[in-house]
Amino acid sequence: MDYKKIKEREAKWSEATLNKVLKRFPERKETFKTSFGEGIKSIYSPLDVESEDFLSDVGYPGEYPYTRGVQPTMYRGKLWTMRQYAGFGDAEESNKRYRYLLSQGQTGLSIAFDLPTQIGYDSDDEMSEGEVGKVGVAIDSLKDMETLFYNIPLDKVSTSMTINSTAAILLSMYMAVAEMQGVSPDKLKGTIQNDILKEYIARGTYIFPPKSSMRIITNIFEYCAEKLPGFNTISISGYHIREAGANAVQEIAFTLADGIAYVNAAIQAGLDPNVFGKRLSFFFNSHNNFLEEISKFRAARRIWAKIMKEKFNVTDKKAQMLRFHTQTGGSTLTAQQPMNNIVRVAYQALAAVFGGTQSLHTNSYDEALGLPTEESVTIALRTQQLIAYETGVSEVVDPFAGSYYVENLTNRIENEVNKYIDKIENIGGMVKAIEEGFPQKEIGEAAYRYQKDVEKGEQIIIGLNKFKSEDEAKNEVLKINEEVENKQVEKLKKLRKERNNDAVNENLSKLDEAASSGENLMPFIFSCVKSYATVGEISNVLRRNFGEYNESIIS
Amino acid sequence: MLKNNFLEVAKKISVIENNHSKAKEIIDGLPEKSYFVVGITGSPGVGKSSLTNIIAMKFLEKGKTAVLAIDPSSPFTGGAFLGDRIRMKDSASKGVFIRSLASRGSVGGLNPSIYDTVEFLGRSGFEYIILETVGTGQAETDIKNIADVIVLVLSPGNGDEIQSMKAGIMEIGDIYVVNKMDLPGAKSLYAKVKSILELSNKNNEVLLTGMAYKETIYDLFDKINIELGKKTHRNSVKNKREINRLLNVVLKEINDNCLNCESLEIIYKFIREDLNEGKKS
Amino acid sequence: MPIKVLVAKPGLDGHDRGAKVVAMALRDAGMEVIYTGLRQTPSSIADAALQEDVDIIGLSILSGAHNRLCKKVLDAMKERNIENKPVFLGGIIPEEDYENLKSMGIVDIFGPGTSLELIAKRIKEIVKK
Repeated sequence: MDYKKIKEREAKWSEATLNKVLKRFPERKETFKTSFGEGIKSIYSPLDVESEDFLSDVGYPGEYPYTRGVQPTMYRGKLWTMRQYAGFGDAEESNKRYRYLLSQGQTGLSIAFDLPTQIGYDSDDEMSEGEVGKVGVAIDSLKDMETLFYNIPLDKVSTSMTINSTAAILLSMYMAVAEMQGVSPDKLKGTIQNDILKEYIARGTYIFPPKSSMRIITNIFEYCAEKLPGFNTISISGYHIREAGANAVQEIAFTLADGIAYVNAAIQAGLDPNVFGKRLSFFFNSHNNFLEEISKFRAARRIWAKIMKEKFNVTDKKAQMLRFHTQTGGSTLTAQQPMNNIVRVAYQALAAVFGGTQSLHTNSYDEALGLPTEESVTIALRTQQLIAYETGVSEVVDPFAGSYYVENLTNRIENEVNKYIDKIENIGGMVKAIEEGFPQKEIGEAAYRYQKDVEKGEQIIIGLNKFKSEDEAKNEVLKINEEVENKQVEKLKKLRKERNNDAVNENLSKLDEAASSGENLMPFIFSCVKSYATVGEISNVLRRNFGEYNESIIS
Repeated sequence: MLKNNFLEVAKKISVIENNHSKAKEIIDGLPEKSYFVVGITGSPGVGKSSLTNIIAMKFLEKGKTAVLAIDPSSPFTGGAFLGDRIRMKDSASKGVFIRSLASRGSVGGLNPSIYDTVEFLGRSGFEYIILETVGTGQAETDIKNIADVIVLVLSPGNGDEIQSMKAGIMEIGDIYVVNKMDLPGAKSLYAKVKSILELSNKNNEVLLTGMAYKETIYDLFDKINIELGKKTHRNSVKNKREINRLLNVVLKEINDNCLNCESLEIIYKFIREDLNEGKKS
Repeated sequence: MPIKVLVAKPGLDGHDRGAKVVAMALRDAGMEVIYTGLRQTPSSIADAALQEDVDIIGLSILSGAHNRLCKKVLDAMKERNIENKPVFLGGIIPEEDYENLKSMGIVDIFGPGTSLELIAKRIKEIVKK
């Protein structure tokens, strides 16, 4: 390409054509900006991707650096997995919802647990009051898990569990249920979120200090490498980082920096990154800015491949690939004119598909009002099916490649992300950076800036600060039966009476010893679970050993 | 937790903060008592609150304990973000009285009413009062005038450690703490602090502490108690504290009845500086 | 004198974006904001409100546990004789719960999309009363 000629021509165009118009008709805004504050020009041309080398930077799907996707055929081969995050009330109700979703064509399960389960409290703990069954299903013991997967053959579905601090316990329960169904562990497919670092940064369901949490995570890595080869043992999540207010660059930077910390921890535990690298998966947010989000996903794949290859000397192709799940941005939903959310979700989902996601959750339009109803969840799922079967976008791989703007933005995001990653390395890695409150502070400030932009009207949100309507129709939201808590408490009472408490105590004290001795905790947790020790009892043993974490805020 | 007088104390601190003539009335109405004041000072992010949390619980075993956590007010809006309670959950739940104070009118200083508030807490039966503060500028003078013992907290990688040394803050500590001892650079910071102290012929304690190593913090607690036990030093601080408090009262009263008080402010400053010189000699 | 506000997150909910943004906005509106962080029990919130002698208390709840948690916080305040301090609530609160919460004693509820300016303004009005 003759860049000199293009440069001349572009200067001429700007002078003769563009400026003439601008003088008479100025643009709508003085500056146009990306979510991370960089300027956007009115046009992009080959000059803006001059430094990019097609073969080494863009290349072909299924090949390093995977900018265009991790499989050569992408959605022509197999559509993404449509996976709606669900769970509420007790195990029985959630089981019904799962079986409904599977019957509607959903292809994977995604389990939402309530907060006590996620933070290691039993339903009858004082800390659990009012929270039981609210944001997900309440699981106290293996008994509940048996009910949750009743009549769902675990060798036929892939199950994703949003569980972090107590991931070892819930995964053990899942294995125990499989055992009862006669399904061997190597047949199990799915993902546990198990990403504790982002809990300290953004989501808040941590229990222990970072060091002990990292130990549990590497214990899970080690154990599963042998026992559960088909399970993704971590889903390194930027979703919640974005929800907490991060911009696109921060989302990718902090997530990949978390990833680096996990790889380092696993290597220290003696694992081969070529092997466990294949079991790492990622989880991102798809936000409003359509082209920026597509670029973001492409950049993330390329950066991670380079990190794995160059920093960790990983040669296995699968271990270099960044495979990810996407959820549309929950914080973009408005309580005002909630039906508009259906449209927002559709665009966000489309960006994720253009970005090459492996699985997708589309939010329900009523989630800014409360928990989604069955009707709204169905529309969300239909949105994905519509994209997959009607729009035609799944018939070609990475169609935005070669767009001067998207390629340029992909490169710029990569640069900005790398700056953050270097900064974090300088602090001493992500665990240290979190203890120092660095990512928390950056995100908090970004969130505040964003909110101020919304209030100044610089960031437009339809129905909220523009095109408002006076009378809002009332919306039905799902009501969680307050009886769930009592029911769980009753079940626990019964369980504690009926189970073999000697066996429980023996297993718990063995876990206690293992926690202080440094052995792999997984086999001990598995035994506890099988003897019907509760989530709270197991967590308390670990609390006594590891202590509890207090958040880091530096004002 | 109704077993104590916290509600009354909390309300009266507000009165003292907002209305100094009533402050005098409140304090004069209470009998004098003996109490200890410990200053814990250092830059933001060095881990003061976490240390204070544990030290306060240890003091609580000996007697009624209060923490005053002071953070700067914005000079532009007057607002403040006071987040120290986050790290003091344990001591709060055990019964330590915690009050967050914004520096308010005192630019860079502690809080104009701090002398009165401390004296009030002392007379209300608190035997141990911990002042947690970013100790630079005017706050440095203030804390020297109030605390029986000053613990200066540093941490590696905080960047401003050199800054604090330059600013002379290195001179105010009775005990020096290098916190976050497991971070890289802690040992070398420790050595640096030691050598600076040696250069100025001081032989203060320098300690390494870390949240994961409780015994290091208990050791700090012991060292604070040893300092508190040094009677002669304490008496002079006690006098100074009372003189400063009364000076404050006088100044404020004159202030209320006088339109142009600039000259008085200057006189007041001189007296204060003289007092500080007194400590050094 | 600056208004003193306690911003607290009761319960187990970890979504603190809103609470933090509101805390920063109130600070910039000239208030003294005491921020207590995640996972506060109702009694620790009431203790903080008492010891800090705040003018008003803001609770942020997005987990759906608002009915129970608000009641417990208000009860804990009553036990400490500080029920005269006003309490407002922010988060994802279904409209059908507003009446119940207000009859409990919650002075105002701010749902998603409420402007920071409005929150600051309302607090000033409530405290003035």
